[in-house]
Amino acid sequence: MEIFLGYFLYAMSLLTVGGIYALLALGLNVQWGFAGLFNAGVAGFAAIGAYTYALLTTAESQFHFGGLELPLVVGDILAMIFAGIVATIIGLICIRLRADYLAIATIGIAEIIKLILKNETNITNGPRGINKIPRTWEHFTEERFYTNFPMNLFLNQKGWEAFFASIPKWWWQPFFAITIILIVIITYFFLEKLRVSPWGRMMTAIRENEKAAAAAGKNVTKRRIEAFILGAVIMGLAGAFLGQHLRLIEPTQTFDPSKMTFLVWVMLIAGGSGNNKGAILGAFLIWFVWSSSELVTNGVIEILATMFDSIDISILKNRAGFIRMLFIGLLLQLILQRYPKGILPEKRPAISGKY
Amino acid sequence: MWESFWFEFINFYFIPGLVLGCIYALGAIGITLTFGILRFANFAHGEIMMTSSYLTWEFVLVASSFGLILHPIIGAIPASICSIFLALIVDRFFYKPFRNSPTIMIVIASFGMMLIIRSLVQVIWGPNQITFVKGIAKPNQFIKDFTSNFDMMILIPNKHISILLGTIIIMLVFNYLLSSTKIGKGMRAVSDNPNLAEVSGINVENIVKATWVVGGFCAAAAGVFLALDTQFIESTMGFRMLLPMFAAAILGGIGRPFGAVAGGLIIGLAEELSAYPWLGNGPVISPGYKSGVAFSIMVLMLIFRPSGLFRGKVF
Repeated sequence: MEIFLGYFLYAMSLLTVGGIYALLALGLNVQWGFAGLFNAGVAGFAAIGAYTYALLTTAESQFHFGGLELPLVVGDILAMIFAGIVATIIGLICIRLRADYLAIATIGIAEIIKLILKNETNITNGPRGINKIPRTWEHFTEERFYTNFPMNLFLNQKGWEAFFASIPKWWWQPFFAITIILIVIITYFFLEKLRVSPWGRMMTAIRENEKAAAAAGKNVTKRRIEAFILGAVIMGLAGAFLGQHLRLIEPTQTFDPSKMTFLVWVMLIAGGSGNNKGAILGAFLIWFVWSSSELVTNGVIEILATMFDSIDISILKNRAGFIRMLFIGLLLQLILQRYPKGILPEKRPAISGKY
Repeated sequence: MWESFWFEFINFYFIPGLVLGCIYALGAIGITLTFGILRFANFAHGEIMMTSSYLTWEFVLVASSFGLILHPIIGAIPASICSIFLALIVDRFFYKPFRNSPTIMIVIASFGMMLIIRSLVQVIWGPNQITFVKGIAKPNQFIKDFTSNFDMMILIPNKHISILLGTIIIMLVFNYLLSSTKIGKGMRAVSDNPNLAEVSGINVENIVKATWVVGGFCAAAAGVFLALDTQFIESTMGFRMLLPMFAAAILGGIGRPFGAVAGGLIIGLAEELSAYPWLGNGPVISPGYKSGVAFSIMVLMLIFRPSGLFRGKVF
């Protein structure tokens, strides 16, 4: 039974992180798939979401700004709003740039966001990061939540303590995973509606032929900024959940561009850019490949270690992560060259309003 | 009297800025050439720089195991040949299939190449910092004594002298190549108008190869000079250089190699001088935000003068 519980919890955490990546991929799909905007700064927007959420909801700490202890949902919403505000500023400045230039500019923006997080130590605690970020569902077991409104209406402190002692410690894990999956599903339906709406069709037109769309009287710049903001808002929400999942965030390792930005790009291109289903499928698929490859490389290293005593395993273990990154990179090149449309190619919305 | 202001300004801000600018300039040459001739932003350029400095370190290490003590600049010769081949191989297998596709495909491919090369280096040499040159760089005694006679003491370490001289030599060779040889004229022609160049009998594929050779060599030189300057190598050094190099290429105008050189020098100086206490006692911009300077210059250029200082191309 123990071993099944272990598998179950592993599956739950796979679903959780897969769902977070699916949100990031959906956000990127709005920017790249719908509008053709090359955002190479996904990690930056996720970092804004995560930090906003963390600073607003954590308990008071001597190390960083905070102590507001806002309700978690408010934290999520403000994370989205703040990511949207930053995207608006960036959009107003950079959106007219051609794809390559926009990619360079967004890489730069992600780096500057990281610089700010690293240097403003009074607010963000700098490179040491923020700890003890409250996680949806699990936060009910924290004292500051069950001794306060509204939880204190049902049971007193002793009662809650006894209740949490009586249920297994991992009770929140399935709830957290289901919450994230639900958010992915809601976002998916919202984006699907948007894709077949006049706005979505206009986006396709702008992406395919900007001049023709402009000649037809469409406000190209405004539409692009809208798509950029919407994508960033979704990424901000994903960042807030990433912060909750990790509970400890810091600027460099957590928001490493190779693990955030690059992996999300591989997911979107593998799944099929322009297709929301493809974005979700790609996210889960690549995430499963990425996490199962960890098991495979660890297994191979252990086999090697038993076969040859002379090998120093610690070096291999240290570098196994980079071998996996190498393979993900080669996978991207393979997909780009052989299947540039991805697993689920983009479907054009019906022409005459019937869909 | 050599005022303390000039002493501090020249030795601790201007010369380091100039050296950094030289490194940016060499890197930006490759970026601006590929941008002008192949018409895409090559994100993997910084990684070629990084790889060449690792290769140099490896060659010096191997030579020392045979009892040969090589200066890193000698070790850079085989390393630069290797990185030229690396650039050619990357082009052949990962960029060439996209020559006739939309440009953005090749940009995504180069984005992926950045990660592939970096993880390859991390697999081979590990992710940690490696000391490239040991010890503290002392200022050159001769220049110090000589300038002291005129009451203006200039402190410049040998590593900076070799970087400055090396950059000047590479620039002169590069100038000759571009203005006087057939291949250089071909490069300029393809950069101006690829279709017209092709119908007038220029072999565009060869020009593309030559571009990678020149760009790869300059990247190798920039990587080794950067390693000489900072005295350590790490796998993220290429990525850190990427943004200032793009900024230099855009500032000088895309497809204008000498514009890129000017841009590199301006960006390098601006980054170092931004830390100078121009107003009051503290640095104008906190050193932690130094790398934001290049980015701000780039964004301002893109908004107000996208063709750059020297009227480059605008795509």
